Amino acid sequence: MIEIDTELSIEALRTGDRGEFARLVDAYSGRLHRLALKMLGNEPDAEDVLQNTFLKAFLHIGDFEARSSLSTWLYRIASNEALMLLRKGRPETTFTDSLPENEAESLADPVQFIDWCCLPEEEFLNAESHAALDRAVQHLPETLRIVFILRDIEDLSIRETGQVLGLSETAVKTRLLRARLRLREELSGYFDERMKKRSKA
Amino acid sequence: MSEVDRPTCRSLLGLLSDYVDGELSEELCQEIESHTTECQNCRVVVDTLRKTISLYHETAAESAEIPVEIRTKLYKTLNLEDFLKR
Repeated sequence: MIEIDTELSIEALRTGDRGEFARLVDAYSGRLHRLALKMLGNEPDAEDVLQNTFLKAFLHIGDFEARSSLSTWLYRIASNEALMLLRKGRPETTFTDSLPENEAESLADPVQFIDWCCLPEEEFLNAESHAALDRAVQHLPETLRIVFILRDIEDLSIRETGQVLGLSETAVKTRLLRARLRLREELSGYFDERMKKRSKA
Repeated sequence: MSEVDRPTCRSLLGLLSDYVDGELSEELCQEIESHTTECQNCRVVVDTLRKTISLYHETAAESAEIPVEIRTKLYKTLNLEDFLKR
């Protein structure tokens, strides 16, 4: 993870220095917006999460304990906000007690064995394939989705991802593998279709 | 992941994340590599898994910037308008 905490003064943030808070927003809004958008799949909800995250950070900066990093703390607030929005109207659950379905069972066997890596690079770079990538993330159960986003999109380490979500490293690894394998399956279906279309063209 | 190799394929499946992240011991890496030379389905799973992850890494780099209008709205909501500058 790119660590930018050292550039910010926690002391200044705690005393309510607005300039320092603006620097915090500037430093983290890009990454937190991306997390929220990938998690929720639509801009209005992502904006709500982004705003609430900074409002809560502003309000609770006094509770921030310097032993965890500022970025971990902000990612934790944003992840909670995103999950709360997704779970609105549903019975209350937390990260740790809501295991993804089948977590206790063994991994599902792969069923797609098409090698689509050989497709020309332009197939992977266009808007349609980007939309397919986003769709696949949206299809993940939210407890797998948040782990995948933190680790593979936000580039947090396994340990940091665990700290953000209050999960053990083993639990993070298990969920990450499940998420990645599911995404591979779904993308294989999509790129297989693309290969067929190209061969017909 | 052919029927014949099923037990080996299954046992390797659980290691794939660590393998593509380069976090496995040399011994286990060799085991996977020697299996994937023989088992085409596993080779495809490994290659496409690696490609899947790398595609997401690429899109992440492209979406790191917050759109200007959303940033402006955010600063207004947070009463930080006077600090709005790029």
